[in-house]
Amino acid sequence: MSLVNLHQVHKYYGDLHVLKGIDLDIKAGEVISIIGRSGSGKSTLLRCINGLEEYQEGGITVDGNEVTSEDIQVRRLALSVGMIFQNFNLFPHMTVGENVMLAPTIVLKKSKSEAEQIARAMLEKVGLAEKFDSYPEKLSGGQQQRVAIARALAMSPKVLLCDEITSALDPELVGEVLKVLEQLAKEGITLVLVTHEMNFARDVGSRVVFMHEGKVWEEGDSKTLLSDPRTDELKQFIGAVL
Amino acid sequence: MLYFSDLLQYSDVFFSGLMTTVELTVLTTILGVALGTACATTRQYGNKASQRAVTVYVELIRNTPFIVQLFFIFFGLPALGMRLSPWEASMIALTINLGAYSTEIIRAGLGSISKGQIEAAKVLGLTFRQTLTRVIFVPAFEKIYPALTSQCIIVMLGSAVISQISVEDLTYAANLVQSRNFRAFESYLVTALLYLGLSILLRFAFNTLGKHLFTYRATR
Amino acid sequence: MVEFTNYDILRNLLFATQWTILLSIAAFIGGSSVALLLTAMRLTRNSVMTKVVRIYVELFQGTPLLMQMFLCFFGLSMLGYEISAWGAAILSLTFFTSAFLVEIWRGCIDTLPKGQWEASRCLGLNFLQTLRYIILPQAIRVATAPTVGFSVQVIKGTALASIIGFVELTKVGTMLNNATFEPFKVFTLVAIIYFLLCYPLSWYSKILEKKFNVSR
Repeated sequence: MSLVNLHQVHKYYGDLHVLKGIDLDIKAGEVISIIGRSGSGKSTLLRCINGLEEYQEGGITVDGNEVTSEDIQVRRLALSVGMIFQNFNLFPHMTVGENVMLAPTIVLKKSKSEAEQIARAMLEKVGLAEKFDSYPEKLSGGQQQRVAIARALAMSPKVLLCDEITSALDPELVGEVLKVLEQLAKEGITLVLVTHEMNFARDVGSRVVFMHEGKVWEEGDSKTLLSDPRTDELKQFIGAVL
Repeated sequence: MLYFSDLLQYSDVFFSGLMTTVELTVLTTILGVALGTACATTRQYGNKASQRAVTVYVELIRNTPFIVQLFFIFFGLPALGMRLSPWEASMIALTINLGAYSTEIIRAGLGSISKGQIEAAKVLGLTFRQTLTRVIFVPAFEKIYPALTSQCIIVMLGSAVISQISVEDLTYAANLVQSRNFRAFESYLVTALLYLGLSILLRFAFNTLGKHLFTYRATR
Repeated sequence: MVEFTNYDILRNLLFATQWTILLSIAAFIGGSSVALLLTAMRLTRNSVMTKVVRIYVELFQGTPLLMQMFLCFFGLSMLGYEISAWGAAILSLTFFTSAFLVEIWRGCIDTLPKGQWEASRCLGLNFLQTLRYIILPQAIRVATAPTVGFSVQVIKGTALASIIGFVELTKVGTMLNNATFEPFKVFTLVAIIYFLLCYPLSWYSKILEKKFNVSR
């Protein structure tokens, strides 16, 4: 059964036609890498899946529930969809631990001690247990992004959306974040990533979706697709990135 | 009941008050910004003593009410032998007031120009004066133009107080009219709306002026 | 005619200063309460509410405080609502203060990255929870310095209450001037007292701003 389903999704920014009829079906446990040039609509697609952006035509369901950008819907969605941003978006006025505990306490209404237990476990998972009481500004970019991952995981989402989560990092910090993702993939968490990391897409990802001009231009098994692209556009893209 | 029609016969009183306010605003804007520019330049690039003098001036003005400054100049200075007409006293008070605020604003603009710009100009052989007028001022003013023009409008609105030393400005006109026809609410409401129109008009004028002053970006 | 010694002048001025301080505090409390309400209205992103706030700000920032005071004092009593100079001063200063504070606070909230709202939304917090846990704690930190700075404008604004006859520092200054014919001395003292009230706040606001910029 599909966990996330997009059917003929169209999105406009005024006159600009950003998504031109996207069909995509994601099953539980898949690791999907969405690649493509900037402006191809890949981030927009991701933001439509969790209701941060409205779409005008078509339909999106997550775990059987229709996605709209209405506030209440986004909140219900938050229970099944986690999101990691390019710029981390940690809350600077809270410690690492408080960042992770926030949503479990006030959204899931868990007790403080239970939330703390979850937070510690999730921080352990991303290798930052000792940073529980630090403030985000004291951490490196890579560490901040790992905290953001722990924060999303604390809501035990069914699918984790990652929007270019290594793009804002210094090159030497990319590895630690990807390693965490790889670990999550092994544990069977469904991941949808917008990414420029081709090696990661090939080695860890199960499927690659290449977007071009607002359409899914080509998709398929990651290893086959990246080593043997069918369209010229994907060939060109791979040539430019690698 | 409100009677606005009674006010029509006083339209010339309002008009002449409005003109006085406009006249003072235009003059003090020009003089105040000039004073502020001079002080800000001194504060930013002058020697220690002159920097300190400017700081004292700015802080004194910014931390006392305009009406007290006005009374000090109009009532206080004659005691020292400086006799001023209400109009002169208002001019001076408004200019000094705007000068202090614009010093702060313009200084922030000057501070935003990177050292590299100044060094580049020096390397090219420009004198300090040339560097100021050719390299620093335009981008500095462009940066603070919105803040500076809002301050000018604030000073215009603050000028309502000069009616207290019987300068015949718009507020004076309002007081005059309401003392004649005893329709205080209507008279002040109309005056408030005239001020509102004036501040909207001023903002529009400043925006238009700004587009002409800082066209170098668009034409490039 | 009564003779005024320097001590008398100073004593009268200091006594009047109490009223200036009291009026400032009342206006500040009134102004920030209304500003809080207006900020909340604006944050709802409801187009009608946002427009109401915009018009409010335009009206009270675009007209002289003195005119607002006249309207509150002479105007309201003309319309049959008896109001004291004290009440009119507080009312008009509340309008004035709130119109500026709501703009200052909006600026502070706007400096927070959009990502803070989005991240909070993605974690499932609702609008009020996002405000309470994410936006306000950060906005308050940004807003403290400019708000303290603006309180100086409020204190100076209270001087206009003298024109509608409220007996505070400036009013007593003019009264003493009429009684002593020593305008230079009287208005210098009045100015000094205002300076002593305002400068510490200006200074503190600058310190806060510096501290905040460093901690960022």
